[in-house]
Amino acid sequence: MIKLVGIVVMAAGFTLRLNLLLVVLLSGIVTGLVSGMSFNAIMEEFGRLFLANRYITLPVVLMLPVVGLLERYGLRERAETLIRRFAAATAGRVLLLYTGVRQFTIALGINIGGQASVVRPILAPLAEAAARAYHGVLSKPMVARIRAHAAAAENVGSFFGEDIFIAVGGILLMKGFFDGLKIEVSVWSMALWGMPTAVAAFALMAWRTHVLDRQIAREAASAAGPAKSDDA
Amino acid sequence: MSLLSLNSFYVLAGAFMLATALCVLLDKGHTCRWTTALFWGLLGVGFAFGGSMPSTVVGYLVLSITILAASGRVRRSRERTTGREERLRSAERLGNRLFWPALLVPLTAVLGSLFLGRIHWHGFSLVAPASLSVTSVCIGAVLALGVGLRITRAPAHAAVGEGSRILQTVGWTLILPQALAALGGLFAHAGVGTVVAGLVERALPTQYSFVAVAAYCFGMILFTICLGNAFAAFAVITGGIGVPFIVQAHGGNPAIMAAIGMLSGYCGTLMTPMAANFNLVPVMLLELEDKNAVIKAQAPIGLALFVFNLLLMELCVYRF
Repeated sequence: MIKLVGIVVMAAGFTLRLNLLLVVLLSGIVTGLVSGMSFNAIMEEFGRLFLANRYITLPVVLMLPVVGLLERYGLRERAETLIRRFAAATAGRVLLLYTGVRQFTIALGINIGGQASVVRPILAPLAEAAARAYHGVLSKPMVARIRAHAAAAENVGSFFGEDIFIAVGGILLMKGFFDGLKIEVSVWSMALWGMPTAVAAFALMAWRTHVLDRQIAREAASAAGPAKSDDA
Repeated sequence: MSLLSLNSFYVLAGAFMLATALCVLLDKGHTCRWTTALFWGLLGVGFAFGGSMPSTVVGYLVLSITILAASGRVRRSRERTTGREERLRSAERLGNRLFWPALLVPLTAVLGSLFLGRIHWHGFSLVAPASLSVTSVCIGAVLALGVGLRITRAPAHAAVGEGSRILQTVGWTLILPQALAALGGLFAHAGVGTVVAGLVERALPTQYSFVAVAAYCFGMILFTICLGNAFAAFAVITGGIGVPFIVQAHGGNPAIMAAIGMLSGYCGTLMTPMAANFNLVPVMLLELEDKNAVIKAQAPIGLALFVFNLLLMELCVYRF
């Protein structure tokens, strides 16, 4: 029972708006201490796990120099020019298309996406440019809303496509878990039962992007006065 | 043995963080010059050389980094990049060539995952099979940088400078996902799962099969929201609730339970700031003012999809 105190620390720290990194470390230290570990042992275990999980951070860091370089030389501006040529492209349609492609490709085991490698340099600028091509200047909150939906398109697409492919983390983790308990489970049936939710996720994304397009259109219609600056 | 181990890329990433520390040190106008430089310097050392340091030292290194971050004195430099006019001109000059490096990364990732694992001779492999997909992305990023430098004819320090600018924008949230994964491991080490199972057994009428399904799905989403990671929640909740109550007590299908249960956890991932790499890192990357902007965009999907998963599992797990 007392071992759950780490979760209480997480909730309390979050409610108090403390630095999340600090909350995570405190939660780990408290959980370790009530389980009878010494402070040094906790630091050793935390250091070991921190090193073992470096691979999570690695691709994000290595992508930054090339993304920064391309942005300096006008990547976003080029995306805007390109998208203006497609008359049917709205911000919502661009994002929905991306979600569909992302789900389909990751279900085949191909990882094309990423917040640092695709959303910031390509997807968000394309969606913004599509909205600008249709409606001219956008307000700052609307730009932020489109960008947030671009991040969502990436997350929804990757989460709810991944578990259809058998050789990725999720399915292998489940298989390994059941093997440990000596329960016979086929990876294929787990992949099969991931499909209904994948279809439902795409349908929900279609609804959300449709709402986004309507919001953009409504704002453009009501912005009769001089347009606000959007050089963000 | 493998020639291109992840370790070489850790050294590269660490060197980039150390370069960022240097950029901050040289920036006389930076508001928190010393603390910010120290933060990136320590993190760079941990990344590049952590593998050959004792774990305890790394633990204390992470503790110092955390205290620096929590002090609020890790900030970004003033923005110093090209103006919009200049970027428009260069976009016109370079055209679609600007996309090549960006598209080279997913291409390398795909080809690398397919083929790099097959290259080996006399017990030496080019890439360790366990880290194939991450290594492929890293190779792609390095290749893309080379192609990008060639296309733009920019000096290498420009790439480091621009990269540092974004790195500082992301700030300490960069290592939050890694710290959360470490926390999940520490929880497992301490035996948090067994405690949860005992609690559920005492608190809920699990003799009803639908109560077991509801307890499992809600357990997955709530634990994922707290831990920020559905994988960590899966081990705790499936071991504590799913297997004893759905599979063993009511004869449910473990494959259906696990597949839909994991996806219920993903619904939680869409809605929690603890899932930093998915919900907070993009807020920084996309320079959004509202820290919860991505979560707000995703919450309706997460909630609706959770209800769908709950009903689907209740309808199917005891029938197939």
